[in-house]
Amino acid sequence: MSGESGKPKTPLPGTYLKRDEYMKLPGLIKYKPVARYLFSAGQAQSRFLHGLKEGKILGVMCPSCGRVYVPPRAYCEYCHTPTSEWVELPGTGTIHTAVVSYIATDRSRLEEPEIVGVIRLDAPGYKEDQYEFAGLFHKICGVTPEQVMDGSAIGMRVKPRWKPAEERTGSVTDIECFEPVEG
Amino acid sequence: MRANLHVKDRVGIVGAGMTLFRRRFLETPRELAWEAVKQALDSAGLTLRDIDCVVIGTAPDAFDGIHMNGEYLADGAGGFGKPVDRIYIGGGTGVMVPISAWWHAASGHCNTVLAVAEEKMSHAMPHPQYVFAYIWDPILERPLGPNLIWIFAMEMRRYMHKCGAKKEDIALVSVKNKRNALDHPAAQAAANITVDDVLNSELLVWPVNRLDISPVSDGAVALIIAREKVARRITDSPVWIEGVGFTLDNTHWYNRELGYPRYVEYAARMAYRMAGIERPWKEIDVAEPYDPFDYKELHHIEGLQLAPRCQAWKLLKEGYFDRDGELPTSPSGGLLGVGNPIAAAGLMKVAELFWQLRYEAGKRQVKKPVHKGVAQAWGDLMQAGTVIVLGN
Repeated sequence: MSGESGKPKTPLPGTYLKRDEYMKLPGLIKYKPVARYLFSAGQAQSRFLHGLKEGKILGVMCPSCGRVYVPPRAYCEYCHTPTSEWVELPGTGTIHTAVVSYIATDRSRLEEPEIVGVIRLDAPGYKEDQYEFAGLFHKICGVTPEQVMDGSAIGMRVKPRWKPAEERTGSVTDIECFEPVEG
Repeated sequence: MRANLHVKDRVGIVGAGMTLFRRRFLETPRELAWEAVKQALDSAGLTLRDIDCVVIGTAPDAFDGIHMNGEYLADGAGGFGKPVDRIYIGGGTGVMVPISAWWHAASGHCNTVLAVAEEKMSHAMPHPQYVFAYIWDPILERPLGPNLIWIFAMEMRRYMHKCGAKKEDIALVSVKNKRNALDHPAAQAAANITVDDVLNSELLVWPVNRLDISPVSDGAVALIIAREKVARRITDSPVWIEGVGFTLDNTHWYNRELGYPRYVEYAARMAYRMAGIERPWKEIDVAEPYDPFDYKELHHIEGLQLAPRCQAWKLLKEGYFDRDGELPTSPSGGLLGVGNPIAAAGLMKVAELFWQLRYEAGKRQVKKPVHKGVAQAWGDLMQAGTVIVLGN
């Protein structure tokens, strides 16, 4: 059982095929999985989504460590105790990071670039620190790609732009986007 | 100071093998696993009869397109009629596989363990990026129509803002790793490119261009791991697994600072404590931080405590992380240069340390003498850190 060398022997195995060679292989199977789901949002997020429908951003606080969770969790991740006290946040916040997307989910090119990012929400009076914060991932509007690229968008004050009340369905898309606070 | 771990036996790596990394192979996933295992066994002068247990790693089932892909791979990976375990933590899988193999052996349960990682991404059509759509939270994220690159771009943008790095500073990682990969026999994306090539490549999600990202790859890697007594019978120069660490953060990536990977730091501290390493930036000779995107290598160098926070990009510019630098990182060529078959890419990094620490890396061998190396992978939804420390 003595091996002299662990070096890979070249050439290494693997039969590389160009795309057209691959497409000519016998017995290629085209398969599209069909799987349908109906996801329930759960104890905490159902209430959060109900809040969105009413034009409110709700958070929930852990009674033992004081963290405010947005999006809400039914339990505190740190203390593993039930979260209890619901709080309505002002909805305003700052842009933690933002990017300009030129591609869609399936990697096709978008006609108009889209700006998305992370919003660090204001949660006045409640415990938060440098590393963790109440926040949401969402689209950002009223900000130009140049502002994202030169960095002036980071730290910008923003607020939610709500859909009209009659169009809200209790979805994260009840907020159309976050936009700069005027003035 | 070494942690007081109840480890029955010291554990070493005694063999390594891999396939080419390419986009689009004739071979099926289990054939790729078989090829890598055969290479590893041959390198150690062993046959499958010498193996007690098998640990398989493959990342999202959706890439190979086979539900419970670990079971599917088992026979190809040499697991027929043996205890088989599967590791499944996205990109973090590749380094978690040898960690799992380590405890199989360190516990005294298995004398020899095959650690195998495989991924075949190319048969997802039209592009495997679409498969990533299922990683997002169904309630709060999917309705926004995300693309996986968004999340990396957001992290990169935050790192740039926090640390004052520019796109051209970060592109140097891609230049370095693709250049290093020119000497790797498995490499898929090796090239001599310039920073301008990166900046002028297709813009996907600003600040991420095409050449900031590793390619779509197929491939497999295997290691053979053994308890000390057995390892010494197999080879005169086993490479010892001296420390292991792994941590999960939550999936709420938008509730934390994206400029620094806390979970990687936790995993690294766990591994260093076990290895008795107090000053990793001095004691580690060679590193393989996970680099699916160029900024990720810098992010992870800092998480691994190999550079002070926000300093990695400055040290990179000085050549500190080059193959002949003070702390070579990704001398293999990394995911950016060798390729990124998800789980196999992480294990490729551990295999590179094995070859480096045996002075068998050929043209890729780093210039300085090497005693200790660290490899790291990262995965899932910006949340998994896996770290392994090896020594010769």
